[in-house]
Amino acid sequence: MADDTISTKELIKEENLVYKKSKILTDNEFHYCPGCGHSTTHRIIAEVIEEMGIQSKTIGIAPVGCSVFMYNYMDIDMQEAAHGRAPALATAIKRLLPEKVVFTYQGDGDLAAIGTAETIHACNRGENITMIFINNGIYGMTGGQMAPTTLVGMKTSTTPYGREVSLMGNPIKMTDLIVNLPGTYFVSRQSVHTPGNVRKTKKAIRKAFEYQALNKGTCFVEVVSNCPSGWKMTPVESNKWMAENMLPFYPLGDMKVPEK
Amino acid sequence: MEEFVLMKGNEAIAEAAIRAGTDGYFGYPITPQSEVIEYLAAAKPHERTGMVLLQAESEVAAINMLYGGAGAGKKVMTSSSSPGISLMQEGISYMAGSELPCLLVNVVRGGPGLGTIQPSQSDYFQSTKGGGHGDYRLITLAPASVQEMADFVSLGYDLAFKYRNPAMILSDGAIGQMMEKVKFKPQQPRSKKSPDWATTGKTPDRERNIITSLDLDPARQERFNEKLQAKYKKICEKEVRYEKIQCDDAEYLFVAYGTSSRICQKSMQMAREEGIKVGLFRPITLWPFPYNEIRMMSGQLKGILSVEMSAGQMVEDVKLAVEGKVKVKHYGRMGGIIPTPDEIVENLKQNIIGG
Repeated sequence: MADDTISTKELIKEENLVYKKSKILTDNEFHYCPGCGHSTTHRIIAEVIEEMGIQSKTIGIAPVGCSVFMYNYMDIDMQEAAHGRAPALATAIKRLLPEKVVFTYQGDGDLAAIGTAETIHACNRGENITMIFINNGIYGMTGGQMAPTTLVGMKTSTTPYGREVSLMGNPIKMTDLIVNLPGTYFVSRQSVHTPGNVRKTKKAIRKAFEYQALNKGTCFVEVVSNCPSGWKMTPVESNKWMAENMLPFYPLGDMKVPEK
Repeated sequence: MEEFVLMKGNEAIAEAAIRAGTDGYFGYPITPQSEVIEYLAAAKPHERTGMVLLQAESEVAAINMLYGGAGAGKKVMTSSSSPGISLMQEGISYMAGSELPCLLVNVVRGGPGLGTIQPSQSDYFQSTKGGGHGDYRLITLAPASVQEMADFVSLGYDLAFKYRNPAMILSDGAIGQMMEKVKFKPQQPRSKKSPDWATTGKTPDRERNIITSLDLDPARQERFNEKLQAKYKKICEKEVRYEKIQCDDAEYLFVAYGTSSRICQKSMQMAREEGIKVGLFRPITLWPFPYNEIRMMSGQLKGILSVEMSAGQMVEDVKLAVEGKVKVKHYGRMGGIIPTPDEIVENLKQNIIGG
C-alpha cells in the first residue's frame, strides 16, 4: 500500500511550506486573550509590510488600550502615543518624513472617544497616512467598560444593565463620519472573524498602505472585532455574537474607493 | 554683516526659529503670542528652508505633533500662552518620559483659568516644578529682551538635544509684544542627519527603534527614573545660567527674571541714587535654578527682594537658596499688572530695609 501522507520531516521542508509567521512579527508572544481580533489584525499588518517590502520605511504608532504593546510584536520602528493622539504623531512624522509609510493602530476608545478631534482633523486635512481602527465596542484593557461604539443594550462594567440611550447616549459610527470628509481617499470596514473576512481585511489594509504612496489623502480601515474577555464569551461565541449584533449596526464593505 | 532690525519678541522667536534650522513648527493661536505663527506663515519657511508649518486643531494636538516629530529625530517647536501650555502638560510629561527633545515657548499671561491676556509670570511653578505628571524636569530659559527671545531659540534646541529633554522659553506678554532691536544669527541649515534613536524606518543594519515612556515592570521603571534623575543632576551641575548686575558691593539684592528684571534695573538705579547699595541677580535658567550662586552671595547681603509678576513663586527657590541666612521677601503684582520701578523701591525700603 502506497503511503501518500508526508512525514513531519518532509512537511517542514521550505518547498512544502504553505504558511509561516511573517518576518515582521517578532518572537515575543502576543499578550492578547485567546481568540482576540487584535492578534489576527497584527498578523495581517505584518504580512502586508513584509509583502510590500516596506519594513525599512514604515513607522507605526501604537495607541493606549489593549494594543499599547504593539511595538513589542512588530519588527519596525514604532512610537507609543498618548491616549487618542496617534493621528497627531502620524501627521508630524509623515509631514517631516514624506517618503516614509506611516500608520496608526487605534482602538475605539482611543480613536472614537478621547482622540475624536485628532481623528477627524487628520482625516479632514487629508494627511497621507494609514489609520487602522479596531472596533470591538468595549474598553478591553481597563476591564470592560463602555466604549463610544458599545451597542445599545450591550452590557459592560459601566453599563451593567445595558447601554441605554437616554442615559449614556448613542453609539458612534466613526467610519461613517470619516467617509464624508473630503480628506479621506480610501475608507473600508472589515472584520477578522472568518477566514474569508481575514482575506478581505488583508486586501483592504494592503490597499490602505499602497494608496499612501499616491499622496491623495487618508486611508482608513475599520476592523469590527471581538473581545471574548470583555464580552464574557468564548472566542467562538464572541464571533457569533459579533456577526449577529455588531455587523448589522456596523455593516462591512468598502465605503470610499478611489475613482477609476 | 547682519543689521539690527526692530521687531516684536514674538516675531523674533519666529525668525530665529527658521534660522536655527527648525524642521517643524506646530501650534495653535492664542493671545498674546499669535504673532509667532502669523510671522511664520507670512515668512514662507517651506520655501526658505523646507521647514514644516502646521496650525494644529488644538494645543493638545500640537504637543503630540511635537512628540511624533521629535521621535522621528526632527527639530520641532511650538509656542503658546498659559492656558494653551496647560493643555500641553500631558504631552510634555510624555516627551520627558520618552526622552524627546523639543522647544516650547510660553508667552505667559495672567491666570488662573482664562485669566487675562496681559503679561504675567505666574507659570513659574508649572514650568520649573512639573506641570505634567511624574518626576520630570523641564529646562526653562527666561529671556529678558527681544534679543534673548531670538538667542534662546538655538540655545534651547542645543540643550534639548544635548540632554534629550524638552526645553522651554518662559517669556511673558510684555517681552512677546514689545519691540526692540535684535540681530539674528545667520541661517543654519536644517540637519540632514537623524539621531540613532529616532524612528526613521528600521533598516537591516540596526534593531528597531521604539519611542515610548511605558514600562509596566516596576523595577525597570525605577531604574529608568533613576537614569532620568541622574540626567537632571548633570543639567543642574552644568547648565545654570544667570546674570549679576552691580552685585559686587551690594548689601541688598533684587532677584528677578524676564520683564521684572528689566523693571528692577530701573529700581536699582533709583535706589542707588538714594545711597542704597542694591544689586540685581537675574536667573536665566529658572530650572536649573542658580541656588549655589545666590547662596554664595548670602554672606554680603542684609536682605533679598524677589520680584515676580505673581503671588510669589520664585521666592520659594530664593529662600531655599539662602537656607534662612538672609531675610527674603516677595514683591509682585498679579492679574496682568506690571509693577512700576518706584513701587519696587518703596517695597524694598519698607519690607527689607525697614521691615
